[in-house]
Amino acid sequence: MAAISVRAVSHSFGLPGKQNRIAALKNVSFDVAPGEFVTILGPSGCGKSTLLNMVGGLLSPSEGAVQVDGTPVLQPLPERIAYVFQESTLFPWYTVEENFAILLRCRDVPRSEWRTRTLAALTSVGMQDFAGHYPKQLSVGMRQRINLARGIASDTDILLMDEPFAALDEQSRMVLGEDLSALLGRTGKTILFVTHSLAEAVFLSDRILVLSARPGRVKATVAVNEPHPRPPDFMLTSDFSELRNQCYALLRDEIRLAMAEAVA
Amino acid sequence: MTETSRLWPCAIQGLIAAGGLLLWFVVTQSGEVSPLFLPAPDAVVNAWVALVRSDEFWPAVGVTLTTIAAAYILAAVAGLLTGWLITRSPLLTRAFEPLVSGIFAIPITLFFPLFILLFGIGQESKLAYGAVYGFFPVALNTIAGFAHVDRRLVDAARCMGLSRFGLFRHVLLPAASPVIFTGLRVGFFICFASVLGGEAIASAAGIGHNIALSAELFEPARMYAWIVCVVAAALVLTALVSTIERRFRDS
Ligand SMILES: Nc1ncnc2c1ncn2[C@@H]1O[C@H](COP(=O)(O)OP(=O)(O)OP(=O)(O)O)[C@@H](O)[C@H]1O
Ligand SMILES: [Mg+2]
Repeated sequence: MAAISVRAVSHSFGLPGKQNRIAALKNVSFDVAPGEFVTILGPSGCGKSTLLNMVGGLLSPSEGAVQVDGTPVLQPLPERIAYVFQESTLFPWYTVEENFAILLRCRDVPRSEWRTRTLAALTSVGMQDFAGHYPKQLSVGMRQRINLARGIASDTDILLMDEPFAALDEQSRMVLGEDLSALLGRTGKTILFVTHSLAEAVFLSDRILVLSARPGRVKATVAVNEPHPRPPDFMLTSDFSELRNQCYALLRDEIRLAMAEAVA
Repeated sequence: MTETSRLWPCAIQGLIAAGGLLLWFVVTQSGEVSPLFLPAPDAVVNAWVALVRSDEFWPAVGVTLTTIAAAYILAAVAGLLTGWLITRSPLLTRAFEPLVSGIFAIPITLFFPLFILLFGIGQESKLAYGAVYGFFPVALNTIAGFAHVDRRLVDAARCMGLSRFGLFRHVLLPAASPVIFTGLRVGFFICFASVLGGEAIASAAGIGHNIALSAELFEPARMYAWIVCVVAAALVLTALVSTIERRFRDS
């Protein structure tokens, strides 16, 4: 059974018939198998975050249905799905460590393990020295790393990640991407990932869904047949650049379309 | 800011206070202003000492402070509760937010005679008047605080599986509390001012009543002595409120 199943989903924002009604997604269907890493690639504003919000149970589609483990998603499923948002959603009134405590309490982790679990998660993104800091004392990139670590610390089978590396420099992205690939090889999590980086998409994914300009449709699916964990050298292979170019070719027309529409 | 620069605001405040006193002294010494409007500082000091020693001082202070406290507790509890309940529904929020702020824009002082008619000349009318006036800023800020919590933080909390109470305790309350505190502070000083003002307009007891009475009896030194007490109380209460606020914010 598919871990995530998106069936003929369309979504529009705004009231029907109103001028500001926006069709964000149009007839999107795909499945994500358990343990699979699927990346959604598409021009800005094509409905990627909207799609993730639906899988996360924060938004119900205007048409179609989303299922997780064969059950329709009607609300967030904290036991099954962790969601790393596009922007950091650390609670600004709590320190980094307190932010983790809120999560670990929800996950029924015994209090005695909170500190070790928090430090382990922070160490995995190189932020172990900042447990006592408040989010506003950190840079945007640091906050995003911690946000990512918090998502992984949820320890759910399914992870939704909306551009988790967007605010990071290219080198940090690469390093964290390698770590993520290693984690995936180890834990077999199901991941639905959104990125704008072609290299990141090819390096991490088992399958890449290329969406069209708004309203988003699945324009093409690109499979990456390379086992996890992937060594950094994978990026130097001809397979890698070929897949990357393939994605770019699929995307560039859509990006032009999206930009033309934005100007018009 | 360095340690030393924190002293400057205090120095400036002290200078202004000293300047004001000096001006008071010079003006009264010059004889240009009738002592009926502004008695000399030493006359006020003497009147103040006599006032504090008199039998009527503490009862009047007690009556006023009790009325303010009761009015404020009513205003705060009702305001917080109303604000919270209204923001449980986006529809109610949209319906009531402009309504509450609209009513608050009306000078409620205009209805003071109505309070006297309804509750009599006793302290009850001042209590009700202060409570109604103080209610609005508390309710308004409670609505604003709870209605404008960052949607993404609420979503993130729901995705983590926070319970309804957890959401309130860890997300809604901390997000809304700075705005709510502002409402509570403004509400407090409105209660303070409206009870004293109400007493001065129509009352049989309390500090405000004594201030008005002293003026009517042509005892300006005594009136100013009472005003000095009110100013002192306001200063103490301001300091108290900001201490409580800081305590709460730190925890
Ligand atoms: N709450 C909302 N109300 C109205 N319109 C919305 C809302 N959220 C998104 N949209 C519209 O839906 C479209 C898709 O938005 P979405 O955030 O899913 O895009 P995205 O693909 O994630 O873009 P980006 O790559 O820039 O993050 C956009 O055109 C946006 O204007
Ligand atoms: Mg997005």
